[in-house]
Amino acid sequence: MSTAAARFLDAAGSITRNLRHRGLIQTALRKYESARDRRKAAFHDWESARQAAAETKWEAINHLDEHLVSFADKLESRGTKVHWCGNGIEARDLIRDIIRDAGAKCVVKSKAMTAEEIHLNEALEKDGFEVVESDLGEFIVQLRKEPPYHIVFPAMHLTRDEISDLFEKELGSAPTREPEELTMIARRALRRKYVTADVGITGANFAIAETGMVSITENEGNARLTAALPRTMITLLGIEKVLPRMEDLALFLPMLATAGAGQAITGYNTLYSGPRQPGESDGPTEWHVVLLDNRRTELLADPEQRDALHCIRCGACLNVCPIFKNVGGHTYGTTYSGPVGSVITPHLRGLQDWKHLSGSSSLCGACTEACPVRIDLHHHLLQNRRNAASEKPSTLERLTWRLHAFLMNSPSLYHLAKECGRVFEPLRKATEGTVLDPVRSWTTTRTLPPVAPVSFKEWWRERR
Amino acid sequence: MNGRERILARIREALRVPAPRPGSHGHGHHDVPAPAPQAGRIPLRPVQQARAWLPPGGDTPEEQLGRFAAASADLKTDFHLLADEAAARAKLSGIASAEGWKQIATHRAALTDAVVPSLGIPSRTTDGGYDPEDLERCDAGITTCDVLVAQTGTLVVNSRTTGGRALSVLPPHHVVLARRDQLVGDLTDAFQRIRELHGEGWPSMISLVTGPSRTGDIERILVLGAHGPKKLTVLMW
Ligand code: SF4
Repeated sequence: MSTAAARFLDAAGSITRNLRHRGLIQTALRKYESARDRRKAAFHDWESARQAAAETKWEAINHLDEHLVSFADKLESRGTKVHWCGNGIEARDLIRDIIRDAGAKCVVKSKAMTAEEIHLNEALEKDGFEVVESDLGEFIVQLRKEPPYHIVFPAMHLTRDEISDLFEKELGSAPTREPEELTMIARRALRRKYVTADVGITGANFAIAETGMVSITENEGNARLTAALPRTMITLLGIEKVLPRMEDLALFLPMLATAGAGQAITGYNTLYSGPRQPGESDGPTEWHVVLLDNRRTELLADPEQRDALHCIRCGACLNVCPIFKNVGGHTYGTTYSGPVGSVITPHLRGLQDWKHLSGSSSLCGACTEACPVRIDLHHHLLQNRRNAASEKPSTLERLTWRLHAFLMNSPSLYHLAKECGRVFEPLRKATEGTVLDPVRSWTTTRTLPPVAPVSFKEWWRERR
Repeated sequence: MNGRERILARIREALRVPAPRPGSHGHGHHDVPAPAPQAGRIPLRPVQQARAWLPPGGDTPEEQLGRFAAASADLKTDFHLLADEAAARAKLSGIASAEGWKQIATHRAALTDAVVPSLGIPSRTTDGGYDPEDLERCDAGITTCDVLVAQTGTLVVNSRTTGGRALSVLPPHHVVLARRDQLVGDLTDAFQRIRELHGEGWPSMISLVTGPSRTGDIERILVLGAHGPKKLTVLMW
């Protein structure tokens, strides 16, 4: 078992027994579900919209080279510096150099999962820069020195009391039970930062190929401020974020908001096409757009699972996943958790080390049904299981199946095995789950059905 | 080879094997065998087609006004439909005295020029540059907009003609002055209008603003004014 798998099992075992955690997550997700259903009902035809979204992303991903070239060329023509980074180390070094060249000390950052993916904050802090997360949820988990719990709701695992205690300890604020008051504490703490920070870092939700624009979706206005006041702006995004046309947003913005948070459209959806232009009153004088591969091209090279790159990171598949609802976001130990994380992490970080995630699924298909761009998530989990097994077959498993096939192919041996099962049934029952039980790793959480006292064949013969 | 060429080469290599079309992986269609992967392109659907699946924006101007008003109420945007410019001036000065505005910020445009000076409150404009510290101290930012969207209760601002990037998010109250004919039905119409206005040379920022700044990050409870404005007022005449 890989260390990641052992850690996963361990964490999952303890958190599933934590009823407080489960209650918190389920209350939050119930609120999400009712809002989402209301928004979905407002669509004329949600299913056709999903199909159209899937086709649009198919076109974007399957002609990614053309779209990226257009995106980058258009951006550069208006004075943006576009950088292409093969992996996280390249991207971190590049971003550190940009910040150093800007002579900056303080960096204000809006939410970016790609930055989590390359562990940008840790790297910058190690080099002595102050990095301030401005999204409220991200700000909270940053104070707790934790990774985000969920790709859309980073602090959904915390109660207001825990947040109040945290603010009291870290910011010296007075304790309060009001979410509004807590939000204002964070607002006040961060206001100064926008005005004084030299560099702003953002993520991105879409890259519009035809017009050369980056689209950023948020509710709080923190990304707007991050992109308005600092002199230098850096935007980090994966190469898969492409959409062909600006008008495609008329479809994607409502779908992202509906699937992701049960909103008709998110509070701010902002298109950036360059640094401050002549005649404009504000905005960064320098804008760096950093395109990140980081093994996305390996996923691209697998035609069977290429559609996993269609993902718009809405989080819907996490919200409906029975595994996620029980084990929670931190158990995965990955940047992207839930079904989509289980599908892509083995591609991004190694199949053998992360294959346990393909098993942490009931294959119920709720994720596939929820996905606004129709990614075939649960089949991809199965394909990852198959790929892991064929790449590195387990001897024990192979022997077991061979024995099984041998038994099933011989009526007399099958009969004998059945008789043995019946004779040993009382002994098996008595030892179930104890050290004498050879399959106790299975029976500690599941019950084996008893061997029937009369087989179907015997029963049938008697009836006739 | 530089980074760009290296990544593009990897992409081209990866794309040599075609991927199956969306919806061809079988779930929900167990009787239909999955078609073989096909190279080539899926022709993009005409942008107007999105309208057929999305929430409606309203066909007539009255319907659109109704939808914009309903969406605004839902979003806690303070929306006022007014008879004329004089009514807008009166409304704005009512808000200004109710909230005790001491200084405000705006930008030069026909609508703001017609309404803001009559308030008699010290105001600064962002045109040509400003000090962020000053803007931060303003009680309200008053701007125009490019277009308003009935379907979602959205309004669109940009960095060139509606006061820059920060004016609509830094002050605690964002007031938008708009004309009735700026309201369109849905997002598809809105993007068409944006293209008509700016397609020849894009402003560096175009922002679709829907409601005041909000967050649900604490126990999924809605709080307004997370970082951007706590209040959004739309005055339309
Ligand atoms: S896989 Fe689909 S449902 Fe999951 S986050 Fe991505 S787009 Fe959303």
